[in-house]
Amino acid sequence: MTAVRTAGEDVGAAANGGGAVGSHPVGRRRKRRLTSVTPWLFLAPALLLFVVFKYVPMAEGVRLSLFQVRPFLGDLFVGLDNYVRILGDDRFQAAIGRTFLLAAGQTLGSMLIGFALALLLEGHARSLWFVRSAVFLPVVAATAVIGEIWRLLYYPAPEGFVNTVLSFVGLGPVAFLDSPDSALWSVMAVGIWKGAPYDMVLILAGLAGIDRQQYEAAEIDGASTWHRIRYVTLPALRPVVTILLTLAAIRGLRTFTEVYVLTGGGPAGSTDVWMTRVFSVAFERNELGIASAGSVLLFLITFALTVTVQLYRRRKA
Amino acid sequence: MSVAQKCETALGWRSDRSAWVSRGVRLLLCVGAVLFFTGPLLTIFSGAFDDNPDPTQLSLVPDNPSLDNFRAAGENRIWHYLGNSLIIAGGALLLQLSVSVFAAYALARKKFRGQAIVLLAVLTTMMLPEEVIAIPLSLVIGDLPVLHVSLKGTLLGVILPLGAWGFSIFVMTEFMKEIPVEIEEAATVDGAGELRIFAQIVLPLCKPALGVVAVFGFTMIWEQYLLPLIVATDPSDYTLTVALLSLRSDDQVGPGIVLAGALLALVPSLLVYLSLQKSFLRGITTGAIKG
Repeated sequence: MTAVRTAGEDVGAAANGGGAVGSHPVGRRRKRRLTSVTPWLFLAPALLLFVVFKYVPMAEGVRLSLFQVRPFLGDLFVGLDNYVRILGDDRFQAAIGRTFLLAAGQTLGSMLIGFALALLLEGHARSLWFVRSAVFLPVVAATAVIGEIWRLLYYPAPEGFVNTVLSFVGLGPVAFLDSPDSALWSVMAVGIWKGAPYDMVLILAGLAGIDRQQYEAAEIDGASTWHRIRYVTLPALRPVVTILLTLAAIRGLRTFTEVYVLTGGGPAGSTDVWMTRVFSVAFERNELGIASAGSVLLFLITFALTVTVQLYRRRKA
Repeated sequence: MSVAQKCETALGWRSDRSAWVSRGVRLLLCVGAVLFFTGPLLTIFSGAFDDNPDPTQLSLVPDNPSLDNFRAAGENRIWHYLGNSLIIAGGALLLQLSVSVFAAYALARKKFRGQAIVLLAVLTTMMLPEEVIAIPLSLVIGDLPVLHVSLKGTLLGVILPLGAWGFSIFVMTEFMKEIPVEIEEAATVDGAGELRIFAQIVLPLCKPALGVVAVFGFTMIWEQYLLPLIVATDPSDYTLTVALLSLRSDDQVGPGIVLAGALLALVPSLLVYLSLQKSFLRGITTGAIKG
């Protein structure tokens, strides 16, 4: 509420300042009314689409999460019962655990590989530009397409593509997506493969911002490459790393497409994550209330995560 | 150029000729990285053109090149799915660009009561993961508020929800703020109206930003999976990416057809990226750091 009032005062003051060009009172009033309507006309399409396709569904989702949805019979208010039921559900609990594992693994894996790539590909040479653009391709390709490709590459026989490559270094064969023991790790590897080049680009931007004099100073002091990275590069990258962690963690928590395409949650539910679970509760078991409760919980967690990191960043700055 | 030459990297790579060992190591690692990240995509190309690709024998070059897969995929309505994807991409992108340009014009060039709230509303949508509202969204699409029309099974049902995207409005707004006020004031003195200032002065100056927003918008639209899935009432409404899964589950269909479909779904995003990669890579850095 305070935010609203301050905003109003700000804008009011600005409008007074802008309108005081010393014209007739009547002309001034007409002009002011005109300028206060035009912005809304320009905003109307965006606001309309947001209200219909974002805010109404959001409100509807919160409402549904408090009801037992019964087609043709009318919805039944059940309070927080849906939340209790979904949190108490074994399969959902397991899915939550897996979601966090998958999100953490993909976030850290992408970050490490992205950092290694950025160190390798840092520089101004044209050939490096080419390599960077090529390495970035997995980020641009649609997740569903990538899922289909990796399903074929992961073919669970010694003749499969990845297994053939593994056999060169004396490993495998691995069943990958077909075994409950390896399926989640295989999905995670695809996520890292798709996520790492994205992290690379942001880390490269961070590296470019480092003052070269610090490197020179480190060299004069006789610091080794490792020391230079440890004491100059890594501290300078901290803001980028914070952004990447937030973005990737949120991306990881809401994972749907890659799991749905790669395994559909199987084998034996071993890759079922939060969103695939919510999806099957909603569209296969038709329990919209319970599924909505699951969605609202996921939203609250991502929201809390974003806000926490933003506050942390602001305090640091 | 001399500055660039002197600039040292974190690992201390050098570009002078004397350091050939380190250059060799770097070259090898680069080749490895390129293979690791593009290899899986290259197998799509070879597999799609191979007359009978076997998932146990995927390779980087087709054994027996032919167009059979595409012919067979055509019989499985692949062009229909591609058509759906392209109509959605074109329509949603056009809508998204115009919506963001209009909204950004108001947010960046005007001062009005409630501006802070609107900005907050836009930012909130960016924090709201699409997946989270998927279920209620499918209900809303089936019964629009006030109008009580169903968009289920229509391409419009996918296009409209993609029409407003917080990110593109935000990027556009940030860019429009940079345009000097003097240009606009001069135009007002010359008697130009609101629409003329917008269409003939602000819009042409926004061309570079439109490029960035268009690449990101296209990638975001092409990436959509859950939305076309929940809007569809039967398989003929699927986009190409969604259809791949149902093609694969069909026992009559071999991996060759899936690969042909995957290639068709891959090529548009590659083309868009490769033609505008500089602004894309730059956009990622600015977008993420500001967001």
